Amino acid sequence: MAKIQINGKKVSIENRASVFDILKKYKLNSSKVAIELNGIIVPRSLQKKKKLKNNDKIEVVQFIGGG
Amino acid sequence: MKKDKFKIDNINLKSRLIVGTGKYKNLSETAKAVKASGANMVTVAVRRVNVLDKKKPLLMDYINPKKIHYLPNTAGCFNSEDALRTLRLAREMGGWKMVKLEILGDKKTLYPDMIETIKSTKVLVKEGFKVLVYCTDDPLQAKKLEDNGASAIMPLAAPIGSGLGIHNKLNISLIIKQSKIPVIIDAGIGTASDATIAMEMGCDGVLINSAIAMSKNPILMAEAFKNAVIAGRESFLAGRMKKNSFAVASSPKKGIIS
Repeated sequence: MAKIQINGKKVSIENRASVFDILKKYKLNSSKVAIELNGIIVPRSLQKKKKLKNNDKIEVVQFIGGG
Repeated sequence: MKKDKFKIDNINLKSRLIVGTGKYKNLSETAKAVKASGANMVTVAVRRVNVLDKKKPLLMDYINPKKIHYLPNTAGCFNSEDALRTLRLAREMGGWKMVKLEILGDKKTLYPDMIETIKSTKVLVKEGFKVLVYCTDDPLQAKKLEDNGASAIMPLAAPIGSGLGIHNKLNISLIIKQSKIPVIIDAGIGTASDATIAMEMGCDGVLINSAIAMSKNPILMAEAFKNAVIAGRESFLAGRMKKNSFAVASSPKKGIIS
């Protein structure tokens, strides 16, 4: 298991899980969110390749109502 | 009359009214108000997903970004770094290059920080973004934004969410006269007639959120704004009559019965 942070929350994930696996785990539609890993954007095309390790920090954002 | 077209950079818009999607009771009301407004561009915010809430409804499920242009904003950003981060994420999410930059300088007034705003505009333009910039109603700052590649100038009428209407008509008209890019009033409009006034002054468009969302009947108010913007634009194009200091009778004097 690896310990990472998603949007500031500490969670445990499978070893060698990819960014894409995390999206699946939380039932997030990859076409409707954007991902930052340790401050760097992960393009959709690289989500499957990008593996996560201990202490990684992920930000998952979406569009919401705003002015 | 030649067809009156509204274009921001390479995007043609059918309506000169752009609406915000914040502050509504729920997403269904948001969608109905957007529809009633006739707007085909809406502002949206970028925020963290609540990963634990699996049923949370998404804005994209209510307002289809393939039919209505999403204009991601940087609301809540108080410096250049946060604003750039937000908009880079927004571009990755939607693939759109057109964005609304707003960098606030003060929590009480939500007044724009123009030093950070101009700095960020330069960076975003270099990265290929088309930047619509929320700004003060200072003609000099507006000119600087245009010189630095902004796609539209969006001066405030009054502070965000205040509903006070246009407070410095002189400055707004100076900005309209000098600008070669669209001038869109953003923030501070309170009611439909304020939007008509802005359009009659020669603004290219208006951006409305609170005045619709915080009204008693947002869907009806959205329609009122649609009509107000059309009325103001047509009035501007028609050109108002000359003002007279005294009465000028409308009916002919000839043939009055005596």
